[in-house]
This record gives sequence, C-alpha cells and structure tokens, in this order.
Amino acid sequence: MRVCVVGAGAIGSLFAAHLATVVDVLVLTRRAAHARALNEVGLRVSGRHDFTARVTAASDPSELPDLELAILATKTVDLEEVAQSLGGRFPGATVMTVQNGLGAEAVVRRHGDWQLVSAVTFMSGTKHSDTHVEYILDTPTWLGPYGDTPFERVQKIGQLLVDSGLKAEVLPDLLPAQWSKLIFNATVNGVSALTGLPHDGHFAAEGDVSDLGHLVHELVDEGKRVAAAAGVELHDDPWEMNVLATKRGSAHYPSMLEDVEARRPTEVELINGALVREAERGGVEAPLHTALYRLVKAREASYL
Amino acid sequence: MRVCIVGCGAVGSLFAAHLAQLEDVEVWAYDLAREHVDAINRDGLRLSGAGEVVGRLQATSDAAELPPCDFGIVATKAMHTSTAVEATAHAFAEGCVATVQNGLGNEEAIANHVDRVIRGTTFPAGKLLGPGHVQWDVRGDTTFGPFDPKPAAAEEIERLAEACTRAGMPTKAVADARGPQWRKVIFNAATNPIGALTGLTHGRVCDDPALRRLVSSLVDEGKAVASAQGIELDADPEELIDHAAKPEVAYDHKASMLQDVEARRPTEIDYLNGGIVRFGDGHGVPTPLNRAIWALVKGLERSWPS
Repeated sequence: MRVCVVGAGAIGSLFAAHLATVVDVLVLTRRAAHARALNEVGLRVSGRHDFTARVTAASDPSELPDLELAILATKTVDLEEVAQSLGGRFPGATVMTVQNGLGAEAVVRRHGDWQLVSAVTFMSGTKHSDTHVEYILDTPTWLGPYGDTPFERVQKIGQLLVDSGLKAEVLPDLLPAQWSKLIFNATVNGVSALTGLPHDGHFAAEGDVSDLGHLVHELVDEGKRVAAAAGVELHDDPWEMNVLATKRGSAHYPSMLEDVEARRPTEVELINGALVREAERGGVEAPLHTALYRLVKAREASYL
Repeated sequence: MRVCIVGCGAVGSLFAAHLAQLEDVEVWAYDLAREHVDAINRDGLRLSGAGEVVGRLQATSDAAELPPCDFGIVATKAMHTSTAVEATAHAFAEGCVATVQNGLGNEEAIANHVDRVIRGTTFPAGKLLGPGHVQWDVRGDTTFGPFDPKPAAAEEIERLAEACTRAGMPTKAVADARGPQWRKVIFNAATNPIGALTGLTHGRVCDDPALRRLVSSLVDEGKAVASAQGIELDADPEELIDHAAKPEVAYDHKASMLQDVEARRPTEIDYLNGGIVRFGDGHGVPTPLNRAIWALVKGLERSWPS
C-alpha cells in the first residue's frame, strides 16, 4: 500500500513517520530543500516514541506516483492551493482531510471526485527541524466518512493508523466530533493567541472572579448554543476536553499562539470565523466569540 | 497651605511642578524612586512639552519625613493606592486627600486610611523622561468633588481647585464628580485593553469597523452601569473616542496599557474593566464583554515569567 502525506508540519510529520513503519510513505512538501533533507536523512520522531523512518519526499506534485491514500495535513490557509495542485491525480485514491475548523472537505471536493474521509486530530507535536518532530500529546485522531464514502474504507484507514502506532477512533458521523473540536479550538486557540498563555491550568481556573476559566467556560457554552442551533449533538464536551488537556502536565502551545508569536497568518478565519458565521446562520447571539474573532483578526492586522 | 503629591510620576509631577509656582503653597512629593527624588531636590522638577515649567519642592522616599499637610493629591498607579496612602496617612491626619488617578476604587482605598476624601479625574497626560524631568504631552481639565461616605468639605475642595487653577492646571470643584470620572473610565476601559490585546494604536482600532463596534459595546455596558447608579456622564465617551482617533490628536498613540504590556508591567485593568464589572455586579447590571476583556488582560499578565 502506498500513502502520501501532503504537508509536513508537526501533524503531517507525525502521520508520515508512523505510517512509514507499516506502508510506503511519500511526503509532499512545499519546499524542495525540505524534501531533499527528508530523502537524505529520513524523519526522526522523539518524545512519546523514538525512531527514525525512511520516507520518499517530493515538492512537485507531478512527481507523485499513483497511490491509495492521501492525507492532507496542510494548514487550512494553504488547503485551496494544495487541493488544486492535486486535481486530476490518483483518481482511485481516498483523500483524508485533517484541517482545523469546518469545511475542508468541501474545498477538496471542488478539485476532484476522490472518496473523502473527514478527520480531526488531537495529537500534537513540535517540529524541531525539517527532519525531526517531537511527539507530545498522543491523543487520538477521529475519522469518519464524508459524503458516500463507504464506512469500511474509513475503518481500514483507522486500522492502518493504529497499526502504525498512532491512536485512532472511527466514527460513523464525524460532524459531532468536528464541532466539539471546533468549539474547543476556537476557544483555546483564540484565548491563547491573545493572552500569550500556553494551554495550561489557567484555562480551567475558576476560583477568582477574574480567572480565565470563567471566560473559557462561557465561550464553550456559547459555542454549544451555536452547535445546538446547527442541529449538531456534540461528540465530546469541549469544557471537559479543555480541563483534561490542561491536566496533562506539559503545557501545549496552540498553533494560533505560535503563529502570532512568529507573526504569521493564523487560522482564525477558518476556526473562530467559521464559528461566528455558523452563529449568524443559526440566528444565535455569540458576542464573546465575535469579540474573540475580532480581537485575533486585529492582532494579525497589527503585524501583517 | 501645604500639599503633598503622593506618587510623583508623570501626572503627579504636572500637579507638583505647577503648584510649586505659587507663593502661598508649599509642595512636598512622596515617591519611591530615589534617583527621581534626589534629582527633584537637587535641580527642581522640570516639565517640558506643552509648557516649560520648573518647580522647586521637597521630595522624599521616606514617608516619616512628611510634615502635616492640608492636602494630599494621590497620583500613583491604581494598584499602589493602598500601600502609598497607608504609608503617608499620618501627614493627612488634619487634612484631606484627593485622587487624580485612573479607574474605579481609588477613593475607596484612600478612605480606608483618611477621613476626608476628594474624588477627582484629570485629563492632562505626560511621561517620565528621566529623573526630575517629565514630558508634558496633553493639557486638560481636572474635576474635584466630594467622595461619599467620607467627603471633604465643599470649601476645602474649592480651595484646592482654586490653587490648581491659579497654578496653571484648570480645575473645577463640583458637587458630583462621578460624571467625568465615569466618562474617563468608560473611555479607558473601552480602548486601552483593545490596544493592549491587539497591539494596534488608538487610530487603527477605530479604523476597523468591527473592532470599533466592539469598543462601542464595551462603552454601552459601562454606560448602563453608570446609569444604574444615577450617574450622569458629563459628555459621551464615544465623542472622546472619535476625537482621539483624529490624526492630529492621538491616532498614532499607543494606549498606556499597550505600553505597559510591551514593557511587561502590571496594568490597571482591575480598576478599569474590573471596576466596571464590580460596580455592575453591585447594581445587577450584566457586563459580559468587560468581564471577558478583564480576564484576557489578566491572562496576558499571567503569561509573563514572574
């Protein structure tokens, strides 16, 4: 079996290295130097697991051979361009999206009629170099069929992830899980980007009246009302996800905080923006998420 | 008469240097910054910018050196009010104490240590350039009024206001000084933390229509809390916000809270948005956005290594 991982950030690198222990893995990178480095020295994983995997890497999509599964692990902001570059290639393949926010599948669908699998991942890592990723949180990836993709196909991919040493859970309908993560992400990423705090105990603290946990809780509750208006029953309670994640010991640096600190564009539009637009569509008031969205957008505008 | 400025930073220095011009006023300054105190005692206190003033006064970092005073003018950052007034209260055993600080809660903190308190709000601004030297950026008015339940007498308030005005700091004595105080607090609470959280200057905050709406929502919550207490604002904070956004006024101004955040200094958020939330809670007025902004800026302060 041949799998292509598109995008070798922290998440893409974790997928690629683990899968390479059980199948042939191709990695499609944005930069040619990144692909060269991977071909020369392989991809090292440290942290929860410790090994170096051999992968084949390329930066030009036309170099890709036919394959059975493509995992799109690019940032949401790059998805449109990447999906377009894959248009017309490997027609029989299944394409799995793991982007944050909502709507990645629809973007990919515009560029090809592959069988699509929706996924959200809760694992996290830190990229130390082009060829070294640290596996930090080994929380699972959830996946489910999109459109008319047969459930068995999703189960096979879930099994492949588990065989490779990653955690995965296959669900008949991913929307409830995607919404759980959307609310969790909009809240945690937004608050983290504005305060500079990693996702730590402050996010669950509700002792003092000015403690951050109150705001996080209210943001989660507001998000739940938006989900209810959209007719979605959540898979997990985002507040409990938040509390659990802050108890894991080492504090996680949400990607939006890393983006803001590195003065890069963030995923605010596709995470917080998506939630605010869903609120408008459902006719629900979401003043706190609207404020958070406007503030992060403005923070971006201060350096972009 | 003898006046002691408690906290001789930028705003305290404006009062100290001006009042020192008057023959009939003896000015003392209490400040913890030794270099600043030494420079004032050696060379006088110098203002430059909106006007050139040099004031001769006695400064000290040792509260025990302060003689009995008729008036105190507290100008510390709001989080230092209690400590500073507790240390100096003996000098005001027979006098009364005014605040020209930002935010809500300073009068209450002063009243814990002093019997007669003057509520005050001041609009002039500046910054400390170095020991003994303050840049005077903006001229503006000051308002004094009694603080209930421990008010100074009307004639005392007028006496201090008259001295300030005569010294070049235009000051009004009024029966209810909460209007200007709340106008300034609402203005500061709606704009300062937005600058601090986004890194944008005042003008750029106002240029972004969505962000400007957030500012207005914060203003509306503050107005509701003021109104529930029967406070009539002396002018609409929205006018102040739009006025400040003009290129010739303060378009490029970085809010003091943004400057604090960039220097990783504690901010006055507890006394601005935090104050609006506390007074709102006390009067049954919901303030969800001020509460959110308060929590975000507190979170920002907690992200710094202590």
